Amino acid sequence: MTGLLNIENLHASVGGSKILKGLSLNVGAGEVHAIMGPNGSGKSTLSYVLSGREGYEATEGSASLDGNDLLVLSPEERAYVGMFLAFQYPLEIPGVTNMTFLKTALNAIRRGRGEQELDAAQFLRLIREKAKSLGMSDEMLKRPLNVGFSGGEKKRNEVLQMAVLEPRLAILDETDSGLDIDALKTVSEGVNAMRNADRSFVVITHYQRLLDYIKPDFVHVMARGRIVDSGGPELALKLEKSGYADYLETADA
Amino acid sequence: MSEAKAAIDQETVERVSDVSGQNYKYGFVSDVDADKAPIGLNEDIVRFISAKKNEPSWLLEWRLDAYERWLTMDEPDWAHVEYPKINYQDLCYYSAPKSMEDGPKSLDEVDPELLRTYEKLGIPLVEQEVLAGVRKVAVDAVFDSVSVGTTFREELAKVGVIFCSFSDAVSEHPEIVKKYLGSVVPKSDNYFTALNSAVFSDGSFVYIPPGVKCPMELSTYFRINEPNTGQFERTLVIADKGAYVSYLEGCTAPMRDENQLHAAVVELVALEDAEIKYSTVQNWYPGNSDGVGGIYNFVTKRGDCREDRAHISWTQVETGSAVTWKYPSCILRGDDTVGEFYSIAISNNLQQVDSGTKMIHLGRNTSSRIISKGISAGRSSNVYRGQVSVHPKAKNARNFTQCDSLLIGDKCAAHTVPYIESRAPSATLEHEATTSKISDDQLFYCRQRGLDPEEAVALIVNGFCRDVLQHLPMEFAVEAQKLVGISLEGSVG
Repeated sequence: MTGLLNIENLHASVGGSKILKGLSLNVGAGEVHAIMGPNGSGKSTLSYVLSGREGYEATEGSASLDGNDLLVLSPEERAYVGMFLAFQYPLEIPGVTNMTFLKTALNAIRRGRGEQELDAAQFLRLIREKAKSLGMSDEMLKRPLNVGFSGGEKKRNEVLQMAVLEPRLAILDETDSGLDIDALKTVSEGVNAMRNADRSFVVITHYQRLLDYIKPDFVHVMARGRIVDSGGPELALKLEKSGYADYLETADA
Repeated sequence: MSEAKAAIDQETVERVSDVSGQNYKYGFVSDVDADKAPIGLNEDIVRFISAKKNEPSWLLEWRLDAYERWLTMDEPDWAHVEYPKINYQDLCYYSAPKSMEDGPKSLDEVDPELLRTYEKLGIPLVEQEVLAGVRKVAVDAVFDSVSVGTTFREELAKVGVIFCSFSDAVSEHPEIVKKYLGSVVPKSDNYFTALNSAVFSDGSFVYIPPGVKCPMELSTYFRINEPNTGQFERTLVIADKGAYVSYLEGCTAPMRDENQLHAAVVELVALEDAEIKYSTVQNWYPGNSDGVGGIYNFVTKRGDCREDRAHISWTQVETGSAVTWKYPSCILRGDDTVGEFYSIAISNNLQQVDSGTKMIHLGRNTSSRIISKGISAGRSSNVYRGQVSVHPKAKNARNFTQCDSLLIGDKCAAHTVPYIESRAPSATLEHEATTSKISDDQLFYCRQRGLDPEEAVALIVNGFCRDVLQHLPMEFAVEAQKLVGISLEGSVG
């Protein structure tokens, strides 16, 4: 199997309990995959295992991004090879401006990739352009990272970071949660603007609604730590009507 | 293997070698012949030091009086720090680089080895280098016990500013020294001030005449080089009526296994409408990760807002020293005077910090502001100890105190010990304190965005300190931010 992201038979535990139980998923370059599923099915765990969060331990199987074995890399090394996680609950860092954080992150990643760091002027040009395309003001760039941001502002800020860091693979972990319809549109437009033949997305969501704006190529249903069904966008519509009850039984079997 | 992976491997190798090597970038020893006093302390040593410096008899008498008082005093033990008993007879109380014997007449006569040392420290001692900089900074550098050169002296003299070594001030401006020396910190204020008053060797002297705004930053760098040498410098800054000065001191010492004592005294006098901004970036060797070696930093700093509307502001970034014991304070004597204290104190490994400030409100409508940021990592202990005291005549005195502590890891300690006493009913005193930890969530968030753990901690800590860093002169703020990162290396696993 060759894709940008290859996950084979992945098992993972958190605090001793098994959450992922033999999950396999292949995401080709340029594709958008949606992962849906009931609470507790392991969707967020998958995003943390792939991004290398401490305490989320892969016990079996493999996961690679662009040929790099993810499971042996530190979180920052995964970022260097192109992994980006848009957090469900973005963190606040008091006293560190949005701008400073972005510049530090971008230059850390560029360093990690063996590229030249950007100087202040180059960075300023880049950030202004990216922020403008997301309708974010200079004032917002000067505020401390996510401190006092509304839910919508935080999510928009995640998309801004993604736009600046230009990952190969972006995992959006319930990016739609807590967003009103306008914010949802802005965020989705930001994501869509980044779609291209080399970049892939894994969109984790409970609701079909987000997929009206970010149109997936594939939809997967996750239950009890595994992908239990896969299909095209029509699968999401079906789920919206029938719910997950069928899958919970299947996964138990 | 992809290119990115190869780059990562290279990065990892470099980082590992960075961490396993010595982190203290200033830990070199200079090979300079030194002219030293015999080991130990007695009246003869005090006379020896005074004679070495060709001091007038009044100053020798002053020193001897301090020595007599010191003999009757006990080392203070109330601070929350522990260290083996210091044997004051094992120390050397005077060490001058030998080539200084006749005193350099200009920078050209200074031992090139010394100048190279300062170059390594990043001090632009040579005037041309400073001139090439964005901004002018006049520097006085104190090496072990002797001041080795003051830049920009002539230019400062044009506007009447006196900036020179303490020794030069004694011989060239004895009347000013005599008037102010010990007027803020009395000889017998405490054990270490008595010791310093007896054996102080050199330091810096600043006088800003009435109405003059000092045209550049003034700066002193202190360095202890010789082993078993105590450094006892004396700094005296006087801002006459309506004058303004911004002063910065920086400190480093080589890495040595034995502890070295640093007991300095700093006195600031601000007269009517004068303002003194005093900033410190203290990066004395903190000892290694097992707590071996490092500087004992027992320093008394005090500013006197002697007349109405005077303003004194202390800003300190403390990252070094094995044990720190210092409380830069303000006496708000005049009416409408203002005292400020902005502090960042970082402790890592086995460092112990007991630091804070005293704001003594004596005059009417006096106000003070205290912002303290304590960061503890490793197995260190970090105490904020502060006193806000309002005397009965200090009508409408105001104080705002904010003490924030940040913990990194679970083996360090942070304590806040505020003493507040008000004997004026009209006083308004506010105290806020917080304690927080760098959360795993924050760290992971930063690492997901490409920051390695140390870079992440440095970023979060710099954010935590932002309110204080803003008060440093700009070029030093950048240096201080880097220092914050360096001093916390190895604090996360």
